[in-house]
Amino acid sequence: MMDRPASFDAHVRFDRVHMAFDGRTVFDSLSCAFPRGRITVVLGGSGSGKSTLLRLIGGLIQPEAGRVEVAGHDVTDPHTSLAEVRSRIGMLFQHGALLDSLSVFDNLALPLREHTDLDRAAIAQAVRAQLDAVGLGNVEGLLPGQLSGGMLRRAALARAIIRSPEILLCDEPFSGLDPASLKRIEILLTRINRQRGITLIVVSHHIASTLRLADQALLLLPGRSVCGPPAALRSSSDPEVADFFDEELDVEALDREERAAT
Amino acid sequence: MTPVALVRELGFRAIRVVAELGSMLLFTLSFLRAAVVPPLRPQRFVDEIYNLGVLSLVIVGVSGFAVGMVLGLQGYNTLVRFGAEGSLGAVVGLSLVRELGPVLTALLVTGRAGSATAAEISSMVTSEQLDGLRMMSVDPMDIVVAPKAIAMIFVMPILTSLFVLAGLLGAYFIGVGLMGLDAGVFLSSLKSSIRFADDIGGCYLKALIFGFLAGLIATFRGYHATPTAAGVSAATTSTVVVTSVAVLIGDYFLTALWGFQI
Ligand SMILES: Nc1ncnc2c1ncn2[C@@H]1O[C@H](COP(=O)(O)OP(=O)(O)OP(=O)(O)O)[C@@H](O)[C@H]1O
Ligand SMILES: [Mg+2]
Repeated sequence: MMDRPASFDAHVRFDRVHMAFDGRTVFDSLSCAFPRGRITVVLGGSGSGKSTLLRLIGGLIQPEAGRVEVAGHDVTDPHTSLAEVRSRIGMLFQHGALLDSLSVFDNLALPLREHTDLDRAAIAQAVRAQLDAVGLGNVEGLLPGQLSGGMLRRAALARAIIRSPEILLCDEPFSGLDPASLKRIEILLTRINRQRGITLIVVSHHIASTLRLADQALLLLPGRSVCGPPAALRSSSDPEVADFFDEELDVEALDREERAAT
Repeated sequence: MTPVALVRELGFRAIRVVAELGSMLLFTLSFLRAAVVPPLRPQRFVDEIYNLGVLSLVIVGVSGFAVGMVLGLQGYNTLVRFGAEGSLGAVVGLSLVRELGPVLTALLVTGRAGSATAAEISSMVTSEQLDGLRMMSVDPMDIVVAPKAIAMIFVMPILTSLFVLAGLLGAYFIGVGLMGLDAGVFLSSLKSSIRFADDIGGCYLKALIFGFLAGLIATFRGYHATPTAAGVSAATTSTVVVTSVAVLIGDYFLTALWGFQI
């Protein structure tokens, strides 16, 4: 294990979490903490359980054993009000998960209509403000299917933060985007963290943006996990850890070469 | 296969069927609950009536007319041998009202609207739209499942009426228009043969039950689909197959219990 910062205020904490699907173990006694107001990037190979980690935090699935604490509430406790916990969490799904049948405007307005007493005008104002914040001006009347991948991701991000959550979970926010859109999302995430003090937990394969974004990195390896500042992980003496960053950097270099070639 | 293995296999299957029926029952209770416990969503319900009902109008009307024409032709040619062509109205009317109307309408609506419902819900599962709703503390039962399932119960009797009326029109067109039967004879035989409580009541009872089955199976299969493209197509196919078989078997029992008690 890497040395943790001496102490910090954990916003989300996993305590000896055991998780398995049909007998296949994903996490075996996973313990880790996500500091308040910071950006933690979760890394790991395909199938290492990155999405499962986010779903555990949201209470969408329950672990076999262990505790998952979100802002002091144990989401594995059946007496915990999930609605109360989820009102503090915004979640950006990998493919946006906006409702196909509703316009972008209605998608963003939905959580406000459901959970606040705001009148029409106030909701419309909030939705526009949020769309402006992610740089989407004139798309509110469009259906999600009519947006490009990058716009869709930003619209979904706007929905995720419209109820002013304390914690934002992002599942691979950079995948499948062109470099310009990628950079845009990266800037938006940084801004959300800096300006609103929201705790970010970001799942990503993207090493370069991880190194730029992350205050802390959590690397999921088969049967164990390693946590620490990204730079420290990168120069780790643990071969498996360093290898992960290396391999990914090679892929990065390959990507750049290919991009340069075309 | 050894006898022991056979018994074991049988046992496994029996348990699976019972478990599935149990989870269907729970599913039914939760969508019925969502339909009566606030927040109620009349707008969503009306939308679904439109989706399921209005879009099935043409196919049900045209099919009803075609079936009526066939009945008229076959009925006339058979009856005329016995000099009983005057009872054409009764033969066609009773066949349509008692059996063909509710059964064929249910099969058509399943093919048109049930499959679409299952495909829509299962692709919402696949693209994490339902999880997105859960993370916003919006119950998918409430906003997706209940409006669709209840709308199906609601539209089935209406579409069955349309089918029966179109069928009678088709038979009238053949019998009176083409074969030269007297219109008064056709109509009076029709009127005198159909009893309100037994025939019409039985027809609507069947339609309501088939609507319930079609709505339940389509939403249940969609909701519990495996979140992959293959899962979507499996949910869609099995919805049509299971509903069709359930309607045909259910029709036998309903007829036996209701139709021939007198
Ligand atoms: N609902 C489920 N049922 C059964 N197995 C599941 C389920 N969800 C995840 N798994 C399994 O758990 C493991 C971790 O899945 P997860 O989706 O968390 O991986 P991931 O790290 O997000 O991968 P990727 O980078 O491909 O998104 C995988 O082996 C997967 O097959
Ligand atoms: Mg994933």
